Amino acid sequence: MEEQTLRDTVNRVIRPEQVHRDVYTSAEIFRLEMKHLFPNCWVYVGHESQTAKPGDYITAQIGDQPLLQVRHTDGEIKVLYNRCPHKGTKIVIDKAGNTGKFFRCPYHAWSFKTDGCLLAIPLKKGYEGTGLEGTEAAKGLAPVGAWHNYRGFIFARLAKDGIGFEEFFGEALSSLDNMVDRSPVGRLTVVGAPLRYMHRCNWKMLVENQTDTCHPMVAHESSAGTAVKIWETMEKPADAPKPPAMEIIAPFMSPYEFFENMGIRTWPNGHGHTGVHHSIHSDYSAVPGYYDAMVEAYGEERAQAILGENRHNTVYFPNIMIKGPIQQLRNFIPLGPDKTLVESWIFRLEGAPDELVARTAMYNRMINAPTSMVGHDDLEMYERAQEGLMADGLEWVNIQRLYEEGEDFSEEAVLNGTTERQMRNQFDAWKRFMIGGAA
Amino acid sequence: MSAERFIDFVYDEAWMLDQGRFAEWIELWEPDAVYWMPLNWNQQDPINETSLLYEDNFMLRLRVERLQGARTFSQKPKSRCHHVLNRPRVEELREDGAKIVTQCHYVETRLDEQMLLALTIRHDLKVVDGQIRIAGKRVDILNCDAAFGNIQLLP
Repeated sequence: MEEQTLRDTVNRVIRPEQVHRDVYTSAEIFRLEMKHLFPNCWVYVGHESQTAKPGDYITAQIGDQPLLQVRHTDGEIKVLYNRCPHKGTKIVIDKAGNTGKFFRCPYHAWSFKTDGCLLAIPLKKGYEGTGLEGTEAAKGLAPVGAWHNYRGFIFARLAKDGIGFEEFFGEALSSLDNMVDRSPVGRLTVVGAPLRYMHRCNWKMLVENQTDTCHPMVAHESSAGTAVKIWETMEKPADAPKPPAMEIIAPFMSPYEFFENMGIRTWPNGHGHTGVHHSIHSDYSAVPGYYDAMVEAYGEERAQAILGENRHNTVYFPNIMIKGPIQQLRNFIPLGPDKTLVESWIFRLEGAPDELVARTAMYNRMINAPTSMVGHDDLEMYERAQEGLMADGLEWVNIQRLYEEGEDFSEEAVLNGTTERQMRNQFDAWKRFMIGGAA
Repeated sequence: MSAERFIDFVYDEAWMLDQGRFAEWIELWEPDAVYWMPLNWNQQDPINETSLLYEDNFMLRLRVERLQGARTFSQKPKSRCHHVLNRPRVEELREDGAKIVTQCHYVETRLDEQMLLALTIRHDLKVVDGQIRIAGKRVDILNCDAAFGNIQLLP
């Protein structure tokens, strides 16, 4: 019964070339996403470098579920629910820390090994003969359904059963590979704290915007267009090098043709990326010493192949985006139908010059900070849309650009860079994983 | 130059920002000065990890110019701001400059929203041709690690 209702709801709101506004505004649909969509998918939890030593932990969440990622005594990373099996208290609440050999609940001092197993209960004789050993409380901190460490990136599936990691991501993992391969030693490390930017809009608007190539030159004219104008009218020598701000912000003003030609690739299960042939990251100036380190590590041909990929934004369904060429990951964390927390993380390429981290940090603050001139106009658009969607009479959101009848999302495709196929691809996956991930 | 002159400068700069006189404000800055707003409490490195702001003269000019732009959608309608300063403390006084630290409550508003930030502002001031100029400014937000919506003006 429940499943039929779910199918009916999902079928009602998704059409091939448009989606009902309820997917962005309805509290009931949001509840269903938390209960079904997020648990059925492989969702990003954290990076292994955040829990480098045994006992290191971070707090995280998938959908509305409180989790912790911890490095167990044996060196393996575990993903557990952050909830004491006794009374429900969160075991840890800081963003990161080290718990030593065991977790100890601050309420009644139940303690747990770092793989979650119950270690000790004070005054245990009070439970003798009560049958505690047969309860879920005696099992300790509950593990999530499954987790996987892919080249340092920890993903988890809450559901006990469901699609496997490799099947869920498939060829889409090539973008993560490219980001990691850009380190001459094949290893990334999280750098500093993430930017945390609160958005009063639905999480899917942010995910869709990652492959929306028809908005930069419009919404960001005030920052990118003004930057170009100031640079052109500045008194300067003819060969003056462009300030870094110009290198990063100005490409947002590229014409439609640039974005059409850069291409979009979609993969099955809602993943996809912009920048197949080139991207706004293609023309960054070279950092001294980096190319040589890459050639030393990989040989010339392979090094050129790695650095020749300039993928722009890769969306991993449901809710992260990575930028390989600048080692960034953005996590769009749903907090409510109209509330999303965006965390923007950056990584160091181990074995590469520091200048690359400096550029990545610069990109992050210029584009993704709550103080960013580019971010301001994006958020303005999302929040206007969230409010505008309440208008009755027009109930559908259009995602029809370069739509072709009978699109088959189970096939990889490379298309004109302004297509909205990736948005349709996301909703195809949304529809399937809401009802369990079946085809 | 006397401590009072530098203290007055800090008050006057905040007054200028609250009045929206951004074009005049940008002229207070030395060409090589940087405006830094750390992302982390006690952050030491502005370059190799993420900051909220770390802006040179080009970026500050862009910021000020953008606020006046015809297609600056997030500033239609415009924001307003308000600084309430504690008395600035002179940490270092030289003939040709001073380092000043000021506690401040900053309010920014737009449409029906209003936000309050508690700030510690550090000014590195320099006397050039008899005029006080900003050689550097660091603004620490008390809850710098919290999730914010848009902060659009200049705290």
